Amino acid sequence: MLERRGDCHMKKIYIQEEYCIGCRLCEIYCQVKHSKSKKIIKAFKEEMVDILPRVLVEEIGYNSFAIQCRHCTDAPCVAACISGAMQKNKNTGVVTCDEDRCVGCWSCIMVCLYGVIRRDLSGKKIASKCDLCVDEDIPVCVKNCPNEALKFMDKDANKKNLVRSKNDR
Amino acid sequence: MALELGQSEFEIERDKNKCISCEVCVRQCSNDVHEYDSDQDTIYSDNIKCVGCHRCESLCPTGALKIKNREAQFQTNYNWTPSHLKNIYKQADSGGVLLTGMGCDKPYTVYWDHILFNASQVTNPSIDPLREPMEIKTFIGRKPDSLEFEINKGSKDTGVKLKTKIPTQLELSTPIMFSAMSYGSISFNTCRSLAAAASEFGTYYNTGEGGLHKDLYQYAKNTIVQVASGRYGVDVDYLNKGSAIEIKIGQGAKPGIGGHLPGEKVTKDISNTRMIPEGTDAISPAPHHDIYSIEDLAQLIYALKEATNWSKPVGVKVSAVHNIAPIASGIVRAGADFVTIDGLRGGTGAAPQTIRDNVGIPIELAIASVDERLREEGIRHKSSIIAAGSIRSSADVIKAIALGADAVYIGTAALIAMGCHLCQKCYTGKCNWGIATQDPYLTKRLNPEIGTRRLLNLLRGWSLEIKEMLGGAGINAVESLKGNREHLRGIGLNDRELAILGIKHAGEAW
Repeated sequence: MLERRGDCHMKKIYIQEEYCIGCRLCEIYCQVKHSKSKKIIKAFKEEMVDILPRVLVEEIGYNSFAIQCRHCTDAPCVAACISGAMQKNKNTGVVTCDEDRCVGCWSCIMVCLYGVIRRDLSGKKIASKCDLCVDEDIPVCVKNCPNEALKFMDKDANKKNLVRSKNDR
Repeated sequence: MALELGQSEFEIERDKNKCISCEVCVRQCSNDVHEYDSDQDTIYSDNIKCVGCHRCESLCPTGALKIKNREAQFQTNYNWTPSHLKNIYKQADSGGVLLTGMGCDKPYTVYWDHILFNASQVTNPSIDPLREPMEIKTFIGRKPDSLEFEINKGSKDTGVKLKTKIPTQLELSTPIMFSAMSYGSISFNTCRSLAAAASEFGTYYNTGEGGLHKDLYQYAKNTIVQVASGRYGVDVDYLNKGSAIEIKIGQGAKPGIGGHLPGEKVTKDISNTRMIPEGTDAISPAPHHDIYSIEDLAQLIYALKEATNWSKPVGVKVSAVHNIAPIASGIVRAGADFVTIDGLRGGTGAAPQTIRDNVGIPIELAIASVDERLREEGIRHKSSIIAAGSIRSSADVIKAIALGADAVYIGTAALIAMGCHLCQKCYTGKCNWGIATQDPYLTKRLNPEIGTRRLLNLLRGWSLEIKEMLGGAGINAVESLKGNREHLRGIGLNDRELAILGIKHAGEAW
């Protein structure tokens, strides 16, 4: 019950795909955020052995959208995790992978409905996924989207936003 | 065809130390300037394809890109300038008319920059608009010849009532409107941004000759619908949807010629809105084929008034040409409720370069001479004057009003607010900013939420500045500034120019 309530008011990242321009700046800033130095040029020039972006831009023709972990209410990756690395925080609702405990069995990848967990093979095998930038006010992908296609809001606000843009169009 | 005589106009400087090969520039350029080589992990850029829109530069996350004007490497020649040479090379290649976009960029005198505005000192107090009310609301439409009042002296309802019936007016919360830009020449998202901003700020936008998309009906109250020579999208519902109707005779960027929306831009949505088959060229003839005189114009004005049950102001838009004063006088006498005058530097989505750069007169001179002529003839009140054609700042707005305009139209400035970098390549349909294009990959780039916000900010900023300048001159209502040329002084202008503008030279007192 507590978890459900937490989820309902939890802010998530939503995409308005009609305004996603496929520039992939979200991916780039995600990589920088999860680099050692957090400095864009240094991260890409010196540290970029294999930092995976945790947000993915899918593209077919002129349609594109960015997708990252949906932080599901009943997250199948959490249930499937054999080592207890994948956890859903009861207070914040954020699903995170404890990289120390992750054994790289890829069970989470197999059950993820959205295909947003990736294999990070740069060091010890671990599952790489969106952590919702918990230490930031706004996730970096949202903050740096040049066309404001990514929104960080709760479910109700997103619904209202969708209704509004549907009425407008 | 290996012989290429043209030279690139821009030089793309890529700082190798900063470039992280993220390919944002590659993905953002619709002209295929940048190309990623995966073997070398390097991005190569082709200068000759660059149009100078600065999209890649603006989105580059590391600031590695710099788009620089490239000095043409021709022998110095003050007669045969690089632009003449380049144009001849282009035409020798193509054999066609040279097209261009936006307004005239030639260094003719910009009179706005030779006019100074006044302020109060000692003899009359200036007003602080933050402390005292400042009225910048204005009305567009025919004003009555005289006012009649009914004075009641009865015991019950004493008071004065206005007897004269005032013709319908457009109420503008600020003397700035968005000029005619058709759906077709600009993207739907751009139209929506203009419409939403006009509606929220309490001013008007103009549909241009593109019809009115049904999704914009919600902004109908702030819409001026245009009837142009092609009559695209015009039916009685369209006429009745808008708050006013504008008959377009001419456009500042291309006086005397019509328009052409190429078939590839006539998508399903545009074909529905314009009421023409999908994929067909939308050609607007140079003249209206039913208007060959002022009398013909009067017929159309009254036909439109009749069609809308005399409920809406009907205006006429003309480009500023040599005989603009008598033309405007004729238009007013034909029954127009407002006259829009579009000057030499007015913008366009596509025009022959030679016409854009060589035909017409500057708007400053046109407003002054039209206002003067209408006053002389005692018909100034019968029509409002809307000035258009390169209003670049709030100072230009205030100078236009002091010269005699009732309000101004901004087109280019509005597009710049939404990201336009004036690369003048609107006619290619490849606008990287998602403004002058119908390519679904590119139109997404203008989020109308952002567009609306930026337009509102611009209107707000300019309105505040207008109030400040009015206050400084000791005027508390924009209506008191209209045609008040004593508040203007010319600088660096000759006697003839000052006489046409009807202003004194700086330093000359009352």
